[in-house]
Amino acid sequence: MLLLAFDTATPAVTAAVHDGTAVLAETFQVDARRHGELLLPAVEEVLRTAGVDKHRLTAIAVGVGPGPYTGLRVGLVTAAALGDALGVPVHGVCTLDAIAHQARAEGLTGPFTVATDARRKEVYWASYDDSGIRVQGPAVDRPAELAPEARSVGAGALLYPDTFPHAQGPEHVSAGALADFAATELAAGRELLPNVPLYLRRPDAQVPAGYKAVLPA
Amino acid sequence: MADEPLVLGIETSCDETGVGIVRGTTLLADAVASSVNDHARFGGVVPEIASRAHLEAMVPTIRRALDTAGIKASDLDGIAVTAGPGLAGALLVGVSAAKAYAWALDKPLYGVNHLASHICVDQLEHGRLPQPTMALLVSGGHSSLLLSADITTDVRPLGATIDDAAGEAFDKVARVLGLGFPGGPVVDRKAREGDPRAIAFPRGLSGPKDPEYDFSFSGLKTAVARWVEARRRAGESVPIADVAASFQEAVTDVLTRKAVKACKANGVDHLMIGGGVAANSRLREMAQQRCDKAGIVLRVPRPGLCTDNGAMVAALGAEMVWRDRAPSAFDLSADSSLPVTEVSVPHTDLHSAAHRALQS
Ligand SMILES: [Zn+2]
Repeated sequence: MLLLAFDTATPAVTAAVHDGTAVLAETFQVDARRHGELLLPAVEEVLRTAGVDKHRLTAIAVGVGPGPYTGLRVGLVTAAALGDALGVPVHGVCTLDAIAHQARAEGLTGPFTVATDARRKEVYWASYDDSGIRVQGPAVDRPAELAPEARSVGAGALLYPDTFPHAQGPEHVSAGALADFAATELAAGRELLPNVPLYLRRPDAQVPAGYKAVLPA
Repeated sequence: MADEPLVLGIETSCDETGVGIVRGTTLLADAVASSVNDHARFGGVVPEIASRAHLEAMVPTIRRALDTAGIKASDLDGIAVTAGPGLAGALLVGVSAAKAYAWALDKPLYGVNHLASHICVDQLEHGRLPQPTMALLVSGGHSSLLLSADITTDVRPLGATIDDAAGEAFDKVARVLGLGFPGGPVVDRKAREGDPRAIAFPRGLSGPKDPEYDFSFSGLKTAVARWVEARRRAGESVPIADVAASFQEAVTDVLTRKAVKACKANGVDHLMIGGGVAANSRLREMAQQRCDKAGIVLRVPRPGLCTDNGAMVAALGAEMVWRDRAPSAFDLSADSSLPVTEVSVPHTDLHSAAHRALQS
C-alpha cells in the first residue's frame, strides 16, 4: 500500500505518505488563510521526500472535517481530482478521529474529548472512549453548552479553558496521524468515510424580507 | 487543425460550475452544472451555497466534458482555470481542482482572468479576435468597456460601472415588478410586449461632463422603483410590459452608445459583446443597428457562450498555449479582485528569476 494523505480542516496544511506500515514523509505548515496556495506544493514535496512516484500511489486519504468550510473544501476537491486523474480510490477520515489517533499515539489514555476551533465562539468536537472509539460527535456547539471528558485535546479545547480545564496538544491534525489511522482501519477491513465534507452547519443565507420601498412612507 | 492546443478550462467564479474543452478555436465540449435554482429564493447568489455546489459538481462535470469531447485527460496540452475575479470561496474550488489535475497529469496550469475569458470565448464562434478588439462586458457581476490589443497579455479598461452592474439592475427591477430571480431573461420576455418609449427613464452618466465610458445603473433602478410605487400608491395598475421595455431601453441605449463611441474614439472597427446580459435580445438588436451605422463589425457569441462557462476559460487557455505564454505555478492563488489588466497569473518563480537577472 502507498497512501497519500492530507488535511485542510484545521489551520494546518499537512500532507503525508504512508506505506501501510509507517509514515515515509510528512509536511506540516500552519497558515489558516493559505490552504489553497500551500496544499499542492506540500503534496509534491512529501512525495519527493518519500521518493515515491505519484503513479505508484494506491489510495488517497483526506480529512473531511469538520472544519471551516473554505479551507476544508481545498482538501476535498483536491482529493477528488487527484483520485480521478490518478485512478485511485479516495477515503474520507473525520479530522477529529485523526487528532484522537495522534493523541493516543503520543500517550494519552482513558476517555477524552477532541475539540477544534469552529470560529464564531463555537467548537467542533467529538469524544472517545478508553479504547479510542468515537462515542459522541462530531458536532458543533458553544463550549459553555458542553460537558466534555476530563481530558481534552485540540486548539478548540485550548481556546476555552473554562470548558476544557486540562486541555493539551496536539492542537491541529497531522497528515501522518491521519494516514496511520486510515491505514489501520483499512487493514482491519473497516470502511472509511466517503469524500464528502462534514459541514455540520447549514449555509448562512437569509431570504430577503420582502421588497423594500424606495419612496418615503 | 489537429496541431492546435487541446485545453480544458474550469470556471467557478460565481454559481456555474463550468468545464469546457477546446482545440485551438474549436469548441469540443461545454459542460455546466448550475446552482442558480438554489439561490432563487434568496434573490441573489449566496456564496456558501455556490461553493458547496461547486465541490459536489466539480469532478462529475469534468468527466462529462471529457466524455462529450471524446478525449482522455492525458491527451490535453494544458489546464486553464479562472483565478479571478469572482467569489473567493467559489474560485478556490476550481483553482484547487485545476491544480490537482494539472499536477497529476503533468500538464501546464494556466490561471486566467475571468473577464479576458469572456472576450476570448468569441474565438470559438467567429475565429481569432482581430487586434485590437473593443469589448463590452455586461453581466450580473460586471459592466466594463475593455480595449484589448492581445487577449493573452494586453487588456485595458476604458470604463466600468460606478455602482450596480447592468445584470444587477435587471435583477432588482424584476424584483420591483415581482417577476422573480434571475431578472434578465424574464424582463427581456416581458419587454417584447411593451412599448420602449412609454416611460422616459434616466440615462445614467450621459451628460456632457460625465465620464465618457463609465456606467451607472443605480439611479435608473431607483427611478423605476419610484415610478412603480407611485402608480401602486395611486391605486393604479402597473403596466409591467411597458416598464420592462422602457427600463431595458434605457440600459441598452447607454451601453451601446458608449461602446460605439469608444470604438470610434480609439479607431477600433470591431466590437464584441459578452457576459450574461449579452443574451438580451434588445441589446443585440440595438448594438447591431448602431454598429452597422458606424461601420463597425459586431461580434456577439451565442447566448450559451455569453453566460459564465468553462469553454471561455478553455478558449483563453488554448490561446495562451498557442502563443507560448508562461504557465502558472502550483502555489497559484484564487484572487477575488484580480485586476482586469492581469490577463493571467504567470509563474512567480520565473517572474522573480527574471527580476533578479535584471538586477544583477
Ligand atoms: Zn462573468
